[in-house]
Amino acid sequence: MSTADLDALVKRSYQHGFITDIDSDTVPPGLDEDVVRLISRKKREPQFLLDWRLKALNHWQGMREPHWGHLRYKPIDYAAISYYSAPKQPGGGPKSLAEVDPKLLATYDRLGVPLHERARLAGVAVDAVFDSVSVATTFKERLAAAGVIFCPFSEAVQRHPALLEQYLGTVVPYTDNFYATLNSAVFTDGSFVYVPPGVRCPMELSTYFRINAANTGQFERTLIIADAGSHVSYLEGCTAPMRDENQLHAAVVELIALDDAQIKYSTVQNWYPGDEQGRGGIYNFVTKRGECRGRNAHISWTQVETGSAITWKYPSCILRGENSIGEFYSVATTNHYQQADTGTKMVHIGANTRSTIISKGISAGHGQNAYRGLVKILPSATGARNFTQCDSLLMGKQCGAHTFPYLEVRNPSAIVEHEASTSRISEEQLFYCLQRGIGSEDAVNMIVSGFCRSVFKELPMEFAVEAQNLLAVSLEGAVG
Amino acid sequence: MSAAAENGVQAGAAPMLEVRDLQVQVGGQKVLNGVSLSVRAGEVHAIMGPNGSGKSTLAYVLAGRPGYEIISGSASFEGRDLFALAPEARARAGLFLGFQYPVEIPGVNNAYLLKAALNAARRERGQSELDAFEFLALVRSKSHLMQIDESFLGRAVNEGFSGGEKKRNEILQMLVLEPKLALLDETDSGLDIDALKVVANGINSLRGPERSVVLVTHYQRLLDHVVPDFVHVLARGRIVRSGDRALALELERRGYDWLVEQAAA
Repeated sequence: MSTADLDALVKRSYQHGFITDIDSDTVPPGLDEDVVRLISRKKREPQFLLDWRLKALNHWQGMREPHWGHLRYKPIDYAAISYYSAPKQPGGGPKSLAEVDPKLLATYDRLGVPLHERARLAGVAVDAVFDSVSVATTFKERLAAAGVIFCPFSEAVQRHPALLEQYLGTVVPYTDNFYATLNSAVFTDGSFVYVPPGVRCPMELSTYFRINAANTGQFERTLIIADAGSHVSYLEGCTAPMRDENQLHAAVVELIALDDAQIKYSTVQNWYPGDEQGRGGIYNFVTKRGECRGRNAHISWTQVETGSAITWKYPSCILRGENSIGEFYSVATTNHYQQADTGTKMVHIGANTRSTIISKGISAGHGQNAYRGLVKILPSATGARNFTQCDSLLMGKQCGAHTFPYLEVRNPSAIVEHEASTSRISEEQLFYCLQRGIGSEDAVNMIVSGFCRSVFKELPMEFAVEAQNLLAVSLEGAVG
Repeated sequence: MSAAAENGVQAGAAPMLEVRDLQVQVGGQKVLNGVSLSVRAGEVHAIMGPNGSGKSTLAYVLAGRPGYEIISGSASFEGRDLFALAPEARARAGLFLGFQYPVEIPGVNNAYLLKAALNAARRERGQSELDAFEFLALVRSKSHLMQIDESFLGRAVNEGFSGGEKKRNEILQMLVLEPKLALLDETDSGLDIDALKVVANGINSLRGPERSVVLVTHYQRLLDHVVPDFVHVLARGRIVRSGDRALALELERRGYDWLVEQAAA
């Protein structure tokens, strides 16, 4: 591959970097009780929720930003962030797709979010979150027929307050960590899913989040409850426009699986990664945790992380129910000056609980990629098993891969296995493909996809292709 | 010894591959010292020589592997300057290299790679791409010829293949891609006699007036099964003797030393 080709490929720009020109309803920067009360009032929240937010704010004000991640960045000025931004809507929210601002719909169109008929064809119900306010939800009726609740978080606050009060904060309490606590105080919207006992959700559920307004943080909160014997698969896709300044994204996702329930949560994360010099990009500090609360419950996290300037996230499973299963499948790529510190926590509490961790880290350019994982077997977890495989692929000479596995085994019957490898795309592999007439870009994609195969096969079919394409775009020109 | 083999001049067709006075160095060390070679359509040439004589280098340089510095000389393929083409362009134009040590590519499906390769070549030739069913039918018939089990196709490229399986897989790829010129680098090494026959059958099935084969080999036993039109001996980076099959047999009897000494003298 020639230097000119390489340059052209490396400089290929972020394809979702456009800004939608819409009047926003944005509060001035800064965070205090008034802001929290304002958010709660705008959302017409019940008292319990406001109280919960205020407790979180109070707790957060005594907390310090954690710095144990293998990450370097300039300090975040939390006082300079605006904590609420919503597109201005004449006369309340849209009742149907027809009422949605056409510019917003055009934005989704460019992002490839399947709304309208495309959604039906793809079998995907989309709850699209645009700067904190959900603007369109499709397929509610079909889901409602199955008894599945899938709606914006703010709608759930109005319509299902009892479910919220019962489950919110029970997996990620408001005291959990700096970012989750901040989120608890100021979250503005997100998704809510409840699948009733014995119901298999009739379609993949999907949410696309998008950060649009400048200088706003985005704090979504997602809560998914799979009642006994139910099954749901959820996909989250993320993109953000290009800006020179950094933007904070601190989301919280809580999953609860009761007896015999299964939740499959897949993420394709393509937040703006910053430019080739490392300017701009999303700071992604996210807390995702699922609890297998019942027997034989099963929670599976699959993530493909190609975006963000900084990624700090550890989708985790608390395996409380006997025989419950936790899985974490991850592909994280860092190119240019991206940094990722990501992994998982598997906490085995119940007897015969099992967990699997497959992590694939790909580093290119000056990218730094760290896997950080905790496997914790408590004394009660007799017969617990864990298998961890952690592979790193290096492309180029200035990138880095790091592995931080933590093991705490307090039950002698537990079996814990850990495998790790670090490799490079070899010149031989590349030349072999070239010699078969396959172009260098396709060859690199093929080799990298092969490396990630055990993770991609866990993604829902329609998103596996998207993930593969994203990976290809984010690594273009990474090998010469 | 054949004069035709020496200078490649024969009435009629222009050579498919024409290498002239090629000098190549690797890491500052000269490996090819002025190699000339003419291969016309329909011919099978064997390049023999002791270890380290530059045989594999010649194959790699022609296929465009990075890391080789061409000091002087030229190589043309069907009249086109080979060195002006990227490796993938050479492949699509019909040049195939059968690797001595085929590399493993974990997670990449064997059939998937082959289909991508075939369709790249077909696009180049202005042909439509084969769909999954057409491709499968083609690859099945070729696998049968190579006595390769179909389960092979679903495995990752060369991963966990035995030495013999790797070599058969190389020839399978060649049969599917139907190159004009096949450079086969030590394809016979590491094969037992049964596998050698299968591989030879595969190569012979590709022979025809439109195609040429260059066999790079240390031993003459492959030549019992794939009978070459010309045999060249490479020693110390240059072709020191050319002839026909009889030369290969003579080498088997006498070894390479006498030729190497002659070349040095």
